[in-house]
Amino acid sequence: MAFISSGYNPEKPMEGRITDIGPKHYDQFYPEIIKKNKGKWSHHEILEPGILVHVAENGDEVFTVRCGGARLMSASHIQEICDIADKHCDGKLRFTTRNNIEFMTDSKDKMLALKADLAQRKFDGGSYKFPIGGTGAGITNIVHTQGWVHCHTPATDASGTVKATMDEVFSDFQDMRLPAKLRISMACCLNMCGAVHCSDIAILGYHRKPPILDHEYLDKVCEVPLAVAACPTAAIKPSKVELANGETVKSVAVKNERCMYCGNCYTMCPSMPLSDAEGDGIVLMAGGKVSNRISAPKFSKVVVAFLPNEMPRWPTMTHAIKKMIEEYAKGARKYERFGDWTDRIGWERFFDVCELDFTHHLIDDFRDAAYQSWRQTSQFKF
Amino acid sequence: MAKHNTPLLDELESGPWPSFVSDIKQEADVRAKNEKGIDFQIPSEACDDLLGLLELSYKDGTTHWKHGGIVGVFGYGGGIIGRYSDKPKEFPAVAAFHTIRVSQPGAKYYTTEFLRQLMDLWQLRGSGLTNMHGSTGDIVLLGTTTPQLEEIFYTLTHDMDQDLGGSGSNLRTPADCIGQSRCEYACYDTQEICYFLTMMYQDELHRPAFPYKFKFKFDGCPNCCVASIARSDLSFIGTWRDQIGIDQAEVAKYIDGTNPANAGAHKGRDWGAFDLDAEVLNLCPTECMKYEDGKLTINDKECTRCMHCINVMPKALKIGKQRGVSLLAGAKAPIVDGAQMGSLIVPFLEIDQTMNKQLADFESEEEWMEYLEEKYAGVVEVIESIWDYWMEEGKNRERLGELMIRQGLQKLLEKIGMEPQAVHVDHPRTNPYIFWKEDEVPGGWDRDINEYRKHHAR
Repeated sequence: MAFISSGYNPEKPMEGRITDIGPKHYDQFYPEIIKKNKGKWSHHEILEPGILVHVAENGDEVFTVRCGGARLMSASHIQEICDIADKHCDGKLRFTTRNNIEFMTDSKDKMLALKADLAQRKFDGGSYKFPIGGTGAGITNIVHTQGWVHCHTPATDASGTVKATMDEVFSDFQDMRLPAKLRISMACCLNMCGAVHCSDIAILGYHRKPPILDHEYLDKVCEVPLAVAACPTAAIKPSKVELANGETVKSVAVKNERCMYCGNCYTMCPSMPLSDAEGDGIVLMAGGKVSNRISAPKFSKVVVAFLPNEMPRWPTMTHAIKKMIEEYAKGARKYERFGDWTDRIGWERFFDVCELDFTHHLIDDFRDAAYQSWRQTSQFKF
Repeated sequence: MAKHNTPLLDELESGPWPSFVSDIKQEADVRAKNEKGIDFQIPSEACDDLLGLLELSYKDGTTHWKHGGIVGVFGYGGGIIGRYSDKPKEFPAVAAFHTIRVSQPGAKYYTTEFLRQLMDLWQLRGSGLTNMHGSTGDIVLLGTTTPQLEEIFYTLTHDMDQDLGGSGSNLRTPADCIGQSRCEYACYDTQEICYFLTMMYQDELHRPAFPYKFKFKFDGCPNCCVASIARSDLSFIGTWRDQIGIDQAEVAKYIDGTNPANAGAHKGRDWGAFDLDAEVLNLCPTECMKYEDGKLTINDKECTRCMHCINVMPKALKIGKQRGVSLLAGAKAPIVDGAQMGSLIVPFLEIDQTMNKQLADFESEEEWMEYLEEKYAGVVEVIESIWDYWMEEGKNRERLGELMIRQGLQKLLEKIGMEPQAVHVDHPRTNPYIFWKEDEVPGGWDRDINEYRKHHAR
């Protein structure tokens, strides 16, 4: 390959440099019907799973077809999305916060043609390219993080766990039979780039071994005080270590029993890696939400302390998720979110019906807030 | 013919959900065949080697990406995340595989023209793999080499009028819900304020000067579709303070089953006939609704605007007309001291509904920005007093929420000039350990022990 210049001159980096211009203005990207009716929408209806109509005060209608997508997307796939939008939607489209693709049209006929077109597109491997769904009282796309595809701190893979889970719950992506919407989120380590801590069901990668110390290099690549300060439980202290060659170097020591494997030290110091095939795996959390509807937003709670990584399809994990969803579908009332259902029946009943083991790991012992989660009443269920 | 055998990953090609493995293979194939005759500026086998490296992780259960590596474009401290593999010999095409965050447009609307231009650039100068989108909201371009960074930035800024997003200890790329562009629940123009603040704070976004990351997110209503309350240091949630609009004729159509409940969200199961009492009145958290003599009434003074009744009957019930935002501060994921939800700091900041001029109504974007500075002056004041406080008092890598816990909610309220009110708390404190200020106690704290002893023997 021959180097192709964009026009940038490395000798004079400031020459004609353009900075601080931000994103493109949204006005340029709105479909015409959106631009015309912005702020004047009257109501909407979900016609069937994945198909919405929004009606403006003047009677204008916009039909939206929502499709799932792997958030990891190739340029070729995006070019195909563009072909579809050019053919059916005047060259406009959008993505949702939960990585769905939305194609919009201004008539029902166009929407039907679009729907038929999308439904027949498949990858060579056999999976749908553009499954239609993800609306209403069902399961929409899983927001997730990078995992082994592109991150240095994951305790599991993100794309793989998501693919395995979405395959298992796919019928609920294309249906609206649940008591309320159910949001699944995935983060591949405690850093939670995906902020899964308020999800109906959260899949979280977690380490279980303290950092390994690369003493020979630690002081050369890390600031020891930063590594020490990074630890939330004060488990790390500066130390001197004698290497095999007799040389004494500055390094750190870790009080293993204090470590909660958060990896904050590794973020500050690359000589303290945590990942380990046996130590790493999955935590499942449940019962969180972000909406203020009926009850206040709430955090998800840990319901499975650890499951090993089972590549490539994590069957124990998907089985546990599926079981929780089925029990929720059976037991919850219309409009009741997962966490409202567990609050009503009590967590003791939840572990019962979902056939999950309750172990000492699930009792909070981290900081003052832990106390708030212990039962402080004589009311409980046998 | 695939470069590496990937038996484990191949198992992720079956099943109905879109397979990322099939998609990466598709891009690998496009690069191998190169029918467009692209002079690839990073190794053409990048997608193959990524699959090979990922297969290795699936085999041995650990990541093969190394820690960081400081790369970037001149003058910016964010927007690019360096990434190197720990198996450069086995998978040379992804030895260096940096991420570029591209600032996404409002509510993630696109023209195909823009996306095609971006993908042409990315197939030429990167792996051709993306995330649409990253968790914070950016377009994420996944995998290129160091020499390509300035070239990509040059093309983005010169040919596409497009900038990078944030990373590191700076303002992260703000994100918004679909808002008024296609949602009847939106109480303010989320795209407008998101764009305005993104442009206003470009310096804070590109050049890390904060103790740690800082996120704004804009939810048009309390349904919180972008989850601002859980994951932004400053969460904007649209709300109103007058009455919910009621169309009695449409209420009747919900009762007789003509209108589908909750806009049809429950069509997948037979839940029986619509029951206004069970589905709306009895689920209202403040029990402020009544249905008598064929008429629905709401005691708006007691309403806490949870959205349930409006969600169930969107044709009959409308958000109020005196609209604005509630501001909540300090939300974050668990790292390090545990997860935090946003705490209410400004109950209601009215947004002037008559100030609705658009960019097209002005000669230039500068004039429009000045107009918005006036419109959102109250918001800007709150933001800047929070930043002044956090930059002064926050420790290295301390999120705003952690500082709030360390110093107390009242400290932040004081800094933003907000009078503490009962709505700021779920309940008042359960201990009397109040940190009285000296000037609140008559006579102050300087006392004379000799004077005291005149009345109290030793």
